[in-house]
Amino acid sequence: MDGHVAPTLNLDAIRADFPILSEKVRGKTFTFLDSGASAQKPRQVIGAMVRMMETAYANVHRGAYHMSEQATEAYEAARAAVARFLNAGDVREIIFTGSSTNAINLVAHSYGRGVMQPSQAVVISEMEHHANIVPWQMARDAHGIELRVCRITDAGELDLDDLAAKLADGKVGLVAVTHMSNVLGTVTPAAQIARMAHEAGAKVLFDGSQAAVHRRVDVREIDADFYVFTGHKLYGPTGIGVLYAKGALQEAMPPFLGGGDMIAEVSFERSVWAPYPAKFEAGTPPIIEAIGLHAAIDYVESIGMAAIEAHERALVDRAMARLPQIEGVTLLGRAQDRGGVFAFALDTAHAHDVATLLDRAGIAVRSGRHCAEPLHERFGVESTCRASFGLYTTPAEVDLLADALHQAREFFR
Amino acid sequence: MSGGLFDDLRDLYQEVILDHGRKPRNFKRLDDADRTARGDNPMCGDRMELFVKLAPEGHIEDAAFQGRGCAISMASASLMTDTVKGKTQAQARQMGENFRALAMTGICPDCGGEIAEDMERLAPLSGVHDFPSRVKCATLAWHTLNAALDGGAKEASSE
Ligand SMILES: Cc1ncc(COP(=O)(O)O)c(C=O)c1O
Repeated sequence: MDGHVAPTLNLDAIRADFPILSEKVRGKTFTFLDSGASAQKPRQVIGAMVRMMETAYANVHRGAYHMSEQATEAYEAARAAVARFLNAGDVREIIFTGSSTNAINLVAHSYGRGVMQPSQAVVISEMEHHANIVPWQMARDAHGIELRVCRITDAGELDLDDLAAKLADGKVGLVAVTHMSNVLGTVTPAAQIARMAHEAGAKVLFDGSQAAVHRRVDVREIDADFYVFTGHKLYGPTGIGVLYAKGALQEAMPPFLGGGDMIAEVSFERSVWAPYPAKFEAGTPPIIEAIGLHAAIDYVESIGMAAIEAHERALVDRAMARLPQIEGVTLLGRAQDRGGVFAFALDTAHAHDVATLLDRAGIAVRSGRHCAEPLHERFGVESTCRASFGLYTTPAEVDLLADALHQAREFFR
Repeated sequence: MSGGLFDDLRDLYQEVILDHGRKPRNFKRLDDADRTARGDNPMCGDRMELFVKLAPEGHIEDAAFQGRGCAISMASASLMTDTVKGKTQAQARQMGENFRALAMTGICPDCGGEIAEDMERLAPLSGVHDFPSRVKCATLAWHTLNAALDGGAKEASSE
């Protein structure tokens, strides 16, 4: 931070915006520490989606009538909101998809197979979500491109020396790495990674599924070629994701899916693609979800990404002060720059048993391998529990987790 | 002991289960196994390898397992390998079917008869029926046993 005091959040007011947070779990207060898997939704998002369906819904880009025009306007306004949110230079650089997974598959298909040569390579990292591993394996198997895996350090940071080594032969066409690990909480140095990639003649994709929730993202400042995030982790609905892609790249990329809305002209002989981004939005898009995402962006921006970041930093400090103090708890990763995601193992109990216990205390954490199997292998652990924070998480909830973990360890001794 | 936060979980984690989970019985490789199978619960990261030695007459002479997993899956495999020893393959399969019913519903209408005593030993695991996401931890061992008895090095999954 640059010295000035960060604005603090009015947590009571924020929590009141999220109806589900006042639900009880077996009579206990609901302590939701799984926002990293999917965040809860504020009334503002729920209301915007309901209002759209009740007052302004029709298919988009298709009808020459009032409701369709209104819906189209709202859908395009959502695109403009996303462009502002990421500080994109041009709204056309925003493609709506169904999720982060869909967005990465789009790039793996249209760029990985459609633009890259089989002689080129893609670099991912050891701390990727399966969504940023499997599409590249599929592209490798179908198209012959090489898949390189950049190492991470024991602290859980991207090994930039290894990245440089992986880029050295100039064969890399794309570096596709996470902007924030969904297991370790590590925030990667995006601007530096982009610089390294560009100097080696490669493009760069950031999986911002986690990062965009916790930090202000400026795609021009970091100079991302592709940037991906997903609506449901940003307090928005499921079924919508975002792909930011530079215009020149979209121009060069063939479409991913074919269908309605993505063409300028169709005959049985041939079709002419619509200009981007429509070229990549085949079929009826997630209209209501886009309106929900717009509301979610308005919501976080009304609080302020800087304030959210500062709040989460305080939670991270609290967690770092408490969790490692608990006997028998091992944290995965100790990155310098990190967000509110903590994966841990307990010496006396398996992650699933811990999660079941915590659930009895009303605490929801994820257990397993969090769609990051290779990462768990890298750290030599079978599975972990993961606590992840949202803007509604309170310091008291972090304490509750720490206390419950202490008791869980005793329970299994 | 704990301050009571988790006391109502003693139904699930009965002492027998904690004990078998911590110190699983028959936790070894059987080098002379006639049948083996791997069981995998991808969501949890539970993994086991099961070894079955058959007598010349076909019944289960010995059973053992190795692997890693939660207390429920380890205890279930431990109890299972204990109880199926000496049983015919048909009896073992029948026990498995009964056990799945027990794990999913908490009751087992068919648990009487000649296997009543053995089913009684497995009863402490019936608490999982209250924890839908954990049922498959308890049934993994039995799925794996079926795969082993079906013959060959099959991969069982409780998904
Ligand atoms: C880092 C990361 N990438 C990708 C995804 C996939 O997101 P989605 O399931 O919405 O496509 C997730 C969340 O599950 C994630 O945490």
